[in-house]
Amino acid sequence: MNPAPSVIIFTVFSGMGFGYLALLATVHDYSGIAAFWHWFVGYALATIGLAASAFHLGNPSRAWRAFTQWRSSWLSREAWGAVLALLALAPVALSDWLHLGLPRGFGWPGAVLAVATVAASGMIYASIRAVPRWHHWTVPVLFVAFACAGGSLLAGLRGPSLVALLVLGGLMVLYWRVGDGAFSRAGSTMGTATGLGTLGGVSVFEPAHTADNYLLREMIYAVGRRHAAKLRVLALLLAVVLPLLAMLLLPGRYGPYVAVPLHLLGALAQRWLFFAEAEHVVGLYYGKR
Amino acid sequence: MTCLPGKTDKALGLVIDLDTCVGCQACVTACKGWNDQGYGVPLSDQNPYGSNPSGTFLNRVHSYQVQPAEAAPMIVNFPRSCLHCTDAPCVTVCPTGASYKRVEDGIVLVNEDACIGCGLCAWACPYGAREMDADAGVMKKCTLCVDRIYNENLPEEDREPACVRTCPTGARHFGDLSDPDSKVSQLVAARGGYDLMPEQGTKPVNKYLPPRKKDRPDQASLLAPLLDIQATGFAGWLDRVLRKI
Repeated sequence: MNPAPSVIIFTVFSGMGFGYLALLATVHDYSGIAAFWHWFVGYALATIGLAASAFHLGNPSRAWRAFTQWRSSWLSREAWGAVLALLALAPVALSDWLHLGLPRGFGWPGAVLAVATVAASGMIYASIRAVPRWHHWTVPVLFVAFACAGGSLLAGLRGPSLVALLVLGGLMVLYWRVGDGAFSRAGSTMGTATGLGTLGGVSVFEPAHTADNYLLREMIYAVGRRHAAKLRVLALLLAVVLPLLAMLLLPGRYGPYVAVPLHLLGALAQRWLFFAEAEHVVGLYYGKR
Repeated sequence: MTCLPGKTDKALGLVIDLDTCVGCQACVTACKGWNDQGYGVPLSDQNPYGSNPSGTFLNRVHSYQVQPAEAAPMIVNFPRSCLHCTDAPCVTVCPTGASYKRVEDGIVLVNEDACIGCGLCAWACPYGAREMDADAGVMKKCTLCVDRIYNENLPEEDREPACVRTCPTGARHFGDLSDPDSKVSQLVAARGGYDLMPEQGTKPVNKYLPPRKKDRPDQASLLAPLLDIQATGFAGWLDRVLRKI
């Protein structure tokens, strides 16, 4: 699948933002101008991501219509989750900033909505059966794990961030392990795609078109898979191992300053791979993966 | 609503005969021609006369080589377009309701005025039936020529999809696949019509008819038993002597 920068930025930044917002609403207890800046960072990350996702659309002016199909579409559910979470968290943010004294319990609905939004992002991909690598429960769980790890690093919570990073590392490896065999387990081959497999071995004789098209650009993107193994190691180092060391070894408040940028880079690398390594079954018609 | 209708009154679709298709691409051209002027925005081309032309098509014809275990390889031309699936995954993922399956005839359509061009439906389709138009930024797909098949301004023989109407070898058939007595259903039953990628769980309406069994050289000749000639007389003696040397 084509690793479009807008979607990579959207999923990474908004995931981290929603994770951070959920923690600000439940665990942290900032007040005054400090609260303002912390909430500002959370809201900025979440909304920058949402804005980036609009650039992915062919007709962004009609984006409001994406709220109508929540009964069947995970993309629509994600849109609702994002707006509801940001609205539900606003009173808590204002209360922290302006000393309104709202009890912490008011943060929980918004926090749950924020995490649900991230899970819905993951479900958009996991619901697509035609991309076997994505069609698995590890995808939404991995998205939530990234949100928890990124959020707790941003919040500078040493204990929770160490646990979140360890869980995230395990899930990243699990996702790769499960994903590597997913295409063959799905059972789609050039034989089943054309139905000619019952007659003999099928191979491409002549392509349907000599130049490229939307399908080849969007679904059959194979550039850079060569370096996938190296990038996986790099993603794991940057997203998990180095932030973990930084939080363990660096004193007090300096840990997050080193850990957050490293984790962000690792998350971007992982998300790039998430798209670039995902193989769509339509590639079978072209003899490409 | 992008929830699928549980049951449709009809299941209009195509039956494509891979035995008869000669890969002439006439259906590709007819489809492009009709859909440049009919339903929705025209199918655009980018850089059509340049070094790297690209464009939106709703129907593409591939060619495959099939190598049976003990016979000569054969070439199969393979038209690929929307299969108007019963459980269409492209419909349920649509966030705006632009993508829908009609209750009255089962045709899967895109309401282009509501399409935001997110591309998720094209991701969900295992068959590559949907292409985003690069000019209009909306999703294009086979409409089963919904603007032809019910069009009373056209002569009756033209009220079928453009690809079916134009096919010079009669490899494409159009009809109601939910009616077991329809011509297309009988064709499917007689020829062993099959679904593409049944493991994807989409339950396609369109069916493909497999290429018929080819004659094999060793089975073809009625004279085969007569070809095992035993030499007799002088030739037989010579044969035996030469074999011993």
